[in-house]
Amino acid sequence: MGIRERLSGNEAIAVAMKQINPDVMGAFPITPSTEIPQYFSRYVADGSVDTVFIPVESEHSAMSTCIGAQAAGARAITATSSCGLALMWELLYVAASDRLPITLACVNRALSGPININNDHSDSMGARDAGWIQIYAETNQEAYDNYLQAMRIGEALSLPVMICQDGFITSHAIENIELLEDDKVKAFVGEYKPENYLLKHENPMAVGPYATAAYYMEAKRAQAQAMMDAKEVIKKVGAEFGALTGRSYGLVERYMMDDAELALVIIGSSAGTAKAEVQALRAQGKKVGLVKVRSFRPFPAEEMAEALAGCKAVAVMDKAEGMNGNGGPMYFEVRSALYDLPVRPMVISYIYGLGGRDVSVDSIGKVYADLEEMAAAGKPGSTYRFLEVRE
Amino acid sequence: MKTAAEINEKITWQELTPGCNVYEPATSALFNTGDWRTMKPVFHADKCRQCLLCVPVCPDLSIPVDAEGRRGDFNYFYCKGCGICYKVCPFGAIEFVKEIK
Repeated sequence: MGIRERLSGNEAIAVAMKQINPDVMGAFPITPSTEIPQYFSRYVADGSVDTVFIPVESEHSAMSTCIGAQAAGARAITATSSCGLALMWELLYVAASDRLPITLACVNRALSGPININNDHSDSMGARDAGWIQIYAETNQEAYDNYLQAMRIGEALSLPVMICQDGFITSHAIENIELLEDDKVKAFVGEYKPENYLLKHENPMAVGPYATAAYYMEAKRAQAQAMMDAKEVIKKVGAEFGALTGRSYGLVERYMMDDAELALVIIGSSAGTAKAEVQALRAQGKKVGLVKVRSFRPFPAEEMAEALAGCKAVAVMDKAEGMNGNGGPMYFEVRSALYDLPVRPMVISYIYGLGGRDVSVDSIGKVYADLEEMAAAGKPGSTYRFLEVRE
Repeated sequence: MKTAAEINEKITWQELTPGCNVYEPATSALFNTGDWRTMKPVFHADKCRQCLLCVPVCPDLSIPVDAEGRRGDFNYFYCKGCGICYKVCPFGAIEFVKEIK
C-alpha cells in the first residue's frame, strides 16, 4: 500500500523527480510548469537529492544542458510549457536523433498567439514529429505514475520521453494521490547505465556527428524502428507498474467501449469530464463510450482500429488547431488508423478547449448528440467542427 | 558495435550505430577529405628550405613531417585544396594548380 497524499500535478511530478534523484536538471521557468523546477530546486537546496540543478537563461539552453548531460552519461531532466517548448524545438530533434533518453515534464499550455497562459495541447502537438515519446495524463495520479515509468521506457529504447499533463487543470489543482515508497521507486526505476557515454575515459566517443546523404536516411530508419518498438516497451513497463501498484497502463484506455456505437477519442484531463457524460448517457440506455489516448507517440494505430471497429460514429477531440484547413492533428491519425477496416465508422474532427476554453459535461453531451444525429442520418455532415465557440 | 572503419557507405540501417555515434577516438584519420578538392598544391622539394611555415597553417594532416623535422610531399588523402600553405610559402616551393580528375 502506497502513501496517501494530496498534491497538485506539478508537485506530484516534483516528488517523483525527488524519489528518482536524477543527475542533472536544466530548467527555465514558464507558466504553468514553473512550480516543477521551483519545488525541485528546494529539494536540491535542502540536500534531499544529489541532482546538479543548472538554472539556464532560456529553454534552448535547458534542452542543450540536458543533451550534454545525458550524452556524458547522466540522467537528465527538464520541465517546460508552451513557448518554452517551442524555444527548445531545434534541440528536441537533436536529443531524439542522438538517441538520448532525456525526460521532459510538459505542462501543456496554448502557444501564442494571441498570448494566453491556459491549457490546450498546441505546444506538444506541434512537437509531435520531433521523435519524442509522448505520454499524456488524465489526472494528477496519472501524471505521477507516468513520470515514474518514463525513464524505464526511454532508456530501454534510447529515445527521449515527454510526460504531458494539462496546465492548471491538473498541474495546479490538488487531488488525492497515492505515492509509491521511495525504495520501491528506486527499485522500479533503477540506475541509468549506458554502455557508452562521453565521460567513459577508457573509450572516448563522438556524439551527434555529421551524417551526409549516404548515412542520414539509415539513421532516421533506425530511429523510426525505435519508435515502432516503443509500443511494446510502454505496454510492458505499464503492466509491470500495475503489478507493483495495482494501477496498470497501456497505450490507450477503453471506457465502456465493448458495445459502444458512438465514441469519442480524447487526450488528457477532458477524458475525465467525458467519462461523466458517458455514465449519464449510459444511464439513459445509450451505447456510448470513449477511447483515451495515453501514448500519442508512438501512435497506437492498431489499438485504435480495434477499439473503434464496431462504432457507427466517432468524434476525434483535438485540443489543438492544426491549421491545415481540414481538422485537428489527432483526427487525421485516427482516421488513417481506421482506413483498412472492412467497415469504417464515420469520423469527424472536433476542436475544443483552445486556450483554456472550458469544457463541461454538457459540452461533451453536445458532441454525443451530434454523433447520434449522424448515426441516425447515416451521413457525417460537416467533418470539421468547433466546440463551445461563439457564432 | 561497429568500429569507425566499418561505418561506410555500404552499412545498413540495422548495423548503423545509434545516432551515428562513433565509439573510438581520432577517427578523422580515416576520413577522406581530399575528394572535396578543386585546386591542389604541388610541392617542389628543390625550392623548399624546410622553414616549416606551411606545416602549422595546414588545417588537416596534409603535410607530413618526419622524425628529423623535415616536411615531405603532400598527403592528398586529407588535402582539401584550401591554398593556405601556398600563400605562406616565402620561397615559391608550393605551386597551386587546378585539380584535374
